[in-house]
Amino acid sequence: MSTVATETVTAPAVADRWYRVVWSSKKARVGIVVVAIYTLVALLAPVIAPYGPTDGSFTPLTGPSAQHLLGTNVAGVDVFSQVIYGSRVSLIVGLLGGLLATAIALVIGMVSGYAEGTFVDDVLTFLTNTALVIPVLPLIITLVAYSDTRGIPLIVGVIAFTSWAGAARSKRAQIITLRNRDFVTAAKFSGDGTFRIIFSEILPNMTSLVAAAFVGAATGAIGAEAGLAVLGLGSSDSVSWGTILYQADAAGAISQGLFVWVFVPGLVLAILITSMAFIIFGIDLLSNPHLRED
Amino acid sequence: MRYFARKIGFFVLTLWAVVTLNFLIPRLQPGDPAELMVQNLAGKNAQLNRAQVEAMRDLLGAPSGSLFSQYWSYLGQLAHGDLGISYTYFPYTVAEVIGKAFWWTVILVGAVQLLSFAIGILLGAFAAWRRNSRFDTSVTVISTFVGTLQPFWIALLLIYGLGYGLGWFPTAGGYEASTPGFNGAFLYDALSHAFLPALTLMIVTPIGWILGMRNTMIMNLGEDYIRLARAKGLPDRMIALRYAARNALLPSVAGFALALGGILGGTILVESVFDYPGLGRLMGEAVGIKDYPLLQGLMLLTAVATLVANLIADLLYGVLDPRARRAAA
Repeated sequence: MSTVATETVTAPAVADRWYRVVWSSKKARVGIVVVAIYTLVALLAPVIAPYGPTDGSFTPLTGPSAQHLLGTNVAGVDVFSQVIYGSRVSLIVGLLGGLLATAIALVIGMVSGYAEGTFVDDVLTFLTNTALVIPVLPLIITLVAYSDTRGIPLIVGVIAFTSWAGAARSKRAQIITLRNRDFVTAAKFSGDGTFRIIFSEILPNMTSLVAAAFVGAATGAIGAEAGLAVLGLGSSDSVSWGTILYQADAAGAISQGLFVWVFVPGLVLAILITSMAFIIFGIDLLSNPHLRED
Repeated sequence: MRYFARKIGFFVLTLWAVVTLNFLIPRLQPGDPAELMVQNLAGKNAQLNRAQVEAMRDLLGAPSGSLFSQYWSYLGQLAHGDLGISYTYFPYTVAEVIGKAFWWTVILVGAVQLLSFAIGILLGAFAAWRRNSRFDTSVTVISTFVGTLQPFWIALLLIYGLGYGLGWFPTAGGYEASTPGFNGAFLYDALSHAFLPALTLMIVTPIGWILGMRNTMIMNLGEDYIRLARAKGLPDRMIALRYAARNALLPSVAGFALALGGILGGTILVESVFDYPGLGRLMGEAVGIKDYPLLQGLMLLTAVATLVANLIADLLYGVLDPRARRAAA
């Protein structure tokens, strides 16, 4: 008898597994597949790319050909290989920048929301609102411009440090709706500390919101890195899609009719960012069941 | 009244925070600007001449003394509008260099911002009113896709297509054949040069307004007062424009200033691509040649402009929406 009862109780829960919900959205499926392909390309870059990303042994500034699908740049480097290797920079900056920015946003937003109305909240809210009104890109550019050697960690750090505010604000609003639920009161009475309540009692109830915030932050970080690199402020030890565009613009690629050199790096970037937006649609189905398709 | 006092208080505090941040950023960095400049003049591998570095430091008015006294004199300089001397445009001051580029960007960004706002609001409101129609679906899908494109890439494509391909518009600079001044030839020249940068920004900036306006308008259309208006038999046009759209405008007004910060960021890249003689290109240039005083001045100006715009939007919001005033009191 008891086994039958448990089965009927658990059946609907299984049907609503989070990966099924996300996968049920056509947009999210497309997004996940595309991001998976990008990840594979990044991991297998040495196998897929015909030449090294810095191998300048070819005739400079040639148009597309069978040997060089996207032509070569001023230094005689194969642009197609650069694009393949460039996926590594975008994905790593997206992953790390997204994680770091989300972590900062979580700590500041959750603590501030949980302590709503107190002095701590006032200070953190002021910090958040200030970070929100300062234009991000000029600040990132100013911070990065001071360093001569720019590694990926510096770029990731600066992007995360400047772009957490929007997410922190929405986390604050979300925790305010959760913090007076019974399970929080129960945790309080059982003597749990504030940090424990926030991060191990309340946070698990916000997983899908946090996941959506992470993908959003990762998208922002990828866009910001591309913007920096287009200005020539990209990482000094690796080539990203933005760097390729910077080199193409500096070499006057367009006036020389080398169109694919400009077109393809921007296109692969746009496809990646669109796919990530699609994934967010899928994650939103978890936090808002009204959006689910039948 | 409390609402306005709070908003002005927030403005003053953020202004102070931005000014202080601008003071701290260069001081947290390694390296000495005077040393750097002498090195640039002398060549990369030349031996540094101490006396030259000292002379350069005096010339640039580079900081000396304790951090606190530096901060004090920095605030004093700012109060007089003194942003230091540009390394590259020496002997021009940063304020003079910025002044030359200022109006190019203000006119470009101002026109783009106002036009995008109007277009975005109209498209968004109409899409919400005709929800799930073919118009709504295409507006939403196109906006979502175009919103993921990078402005600088759109700029490069437009240069290729409309600039080099068709030859309709000049692809670089702000003017060429005419002398700057208030005359027909110059205005035409400047406008045709501004067209492609403006078009690039116009493709990207209305998207936030379209989607935001559509969402708030859909929410408002579900409210009771709309049902009442319908029950009264008011014409559809009146319900859409005077009732739903008018109320849905409020959040967009509040977002106006924050969007300005985004546009100013996009302008840096777009102006750099088009070689448009505004503040954005100046910033790209200052980065490339390590003109730190100019870079700092531009950062400060951009941030202060956004703060002021934000204050105006906040005050306007308080006037437009009595609920906001009451909530703060």
